[in-house]
Amino acid sequence: MEYGQVIANGLMLGALYACIAVGFSLVWGVLNVINMMHGAFIILGGYLAFFAWLHLKINPFVMMLPVAMLMFLLGYLIQYGIINRVIMRPVLTTLTLTFGLDMILYNAMNIAFSATPRRVVLDLGRIDIGGVIMSLDRVAAMVLALALTGLLYLILRTSRTGRAIVAVRMDRDAAALMGIKVNKVYAITFGLGAFMAGACGALVSVVFPITTSVTGLFLGKAFVICVIGGLGTVPGALVGGLALGLIESFAGHWWGPQNAILIGFVIMLVLLVVRPTGLMGKKGYE
Amino acid sequence: MKARLPWILFAIWVLALAATPWVASNYIVKIATFLAMYGAIALSWNFIGGFTGYPSFATAAFVGLGSYSGALLQNAGMFLPVAWLGGALIVAAFAAVIGLMILRMKGHYFAIGSIAIVEVLSQLASSWSGLTGGGEGLNVKFLPGGPDFIGRVFLYTMLVIMLLAFIATVLVDRGRLGFGLRCIQQNEDAADMVGIDVTRYKIYAFVLSAVFCGAIGAAYASWVAYISPTDSFSILLTLKAPVMVLLGGPGTVFGPVVGSALFVLMEETIWAKFLDYNQGVLGLVIVILIFFLPGGLLRVRFNRVRFKKRAA
Repeated sequence: MEYGQVIANGLMLGALYACIAVGFSLVWGVLNVINMMHGAFIILGGYLAFFAWLHLKINPFVMMLPVAMLMFLLGYLIQYGIINRVIMRPVLTTLTLTFGLDMILYNAMNIAFSATPRRVVLDLGRIDIGGVIMSLDRVAAMVLALALTGLLYLILRTSRTGRAIVAVRMDRDAAALMGIKVNKVYAITFGLGAFMAGACGALVSVVFPITTSVTGLFLGKAFVICVIGGLGTVPGALVGGLALGLIESFAGHWWGPQNAILIGFVIMLVLLVVRPTGLMGKKGYE
Repeated sequence: MKARLPWILFAIWVLALAATPWVASNYIVKIATFLAMYGAIALSWNFIGGFTGYPSFATAAFVGLGSYSGALLQNAGMFLPVAWLGGALIVAAFAAVIGLMILRMKGHYFAIGSIAIVEVLSQLASSWSGLTGGGEGLNVKFLPGGPDFIGRVFLYTMLVIMLLAFIATVLVDRGRLGFGLRCIQQNEDAADMVGIDVTRYKIYAFVLSAVFCGAIGAAYASWVAYISPTDSFSILLTLKAPVMVLLGGPGTVFGPVVGSALFVLMEETIWAKFLDYNQGVLGLVIVILIFFLPGGLLRVRFNRVRFKKRAA
């Protein structure tokens, strides 16, 4: 039964990871921009949820949607006002730009909130399924993370805006000729990425301590998941996230948790060389 | 006559840096050492990022690996310059092997692969505590001879490395390799088509961008006499390299020198006053740089700027 617990932990972690990576993957796939701010967005969402819980006694699961809306607005404005201006420039430019913006956001959060780790304590009790013990707040976070990922999938599949995003991803120029306002779609896409990050942050605040020093850690996870699962698709991020959750869980079980991150990165490097399009990816996107 | 001016300015700049121990305080000597060090790092990045156009974020991996190899060789009892050379060679070999793996990728994939290498090495350095001392770091033997002597030794070491990097830049710029790399930057497929061995050229550029960083790292480890995983594999350093080159002008010979000099002087004068806002200000500099100086300072046509002002 030892492995049952490891698998359960891995899946729980994996659901959160999928939710972390899906917004990042969307932005990368559609805009061809690596959003170095993604980790900081998650932590900002976590802080918002934490302070709402601390001062207003609002449950983070309830705060998730309002926080996500706020983050959508922030993301929309950043893309519309700043990144859209250099979107056609080489990779180095957009990457360096979001890196610079990330440093500003990181520094601002460090000063506003200080680096003390904070965590929401809900203590909803735990359940025991055949010897596998899981705390209920984590189960709730996992279910909500999967639901959010599913929601994004539905938005992309069924809504008018979602179809426009997919169209721009496939061919920017053709989409523009069809009357899609590409700049606006870019801003909405980036906003959606921030939306997912903010919602995830609210969930993460229940499971992990929130502190500015882990922004890089979350960003690194998003990289790894995108490379494992493939770029720009929701199922890819889901598969990649669950895979990374399981890999880390087993690696931590066998070789100790301090080596789990290293193993994730090594797997990513190997996959980059062997299969750069990822497990679920299609060819043709750079 | 006009083309000779940058060379004269560069010679004056190097002589001025070399003269600091005789005319200025130890603090100024330290800044001069940093100027030479960052100059070499920027010149190194220029090979892969400037000439070839590959967004490499592996600088910290090279510097960190150089620090650790140099420190370990030195602690094993090797003569200092030999340990530095050893550090540089190990890093060069590492870059050749890694380059073979990740240079097949383009754009974002290459960028992420190169960041991942920094991360993997940093994790390795902190978990392989038998060799590297783990998270507690590694002490390196302190050089005897007093602060004045040490200051001079390391200033001249860094200056020599910077000059070597500069000479390599000039040779690449004028030679076949530079031409090939510029072709790759403009259109890799076309470069391949006209008979440039793109894989080999890219690996040369990658190794060139690594070897001087390795030497800098090894010398730096002996200078500060203590290294740790977080300092050696600093993700900030990996970002500073492209920012310095972008500031000066990527793909030019003098751009990295100008950019790194401005960057270090800004760091010493402005940021020292805003310790809490250090990262934020660097971020702001990056954003401003990207919007207002996209080609670097050396690409600004100053005569045209003046003309506009007169017209207005």
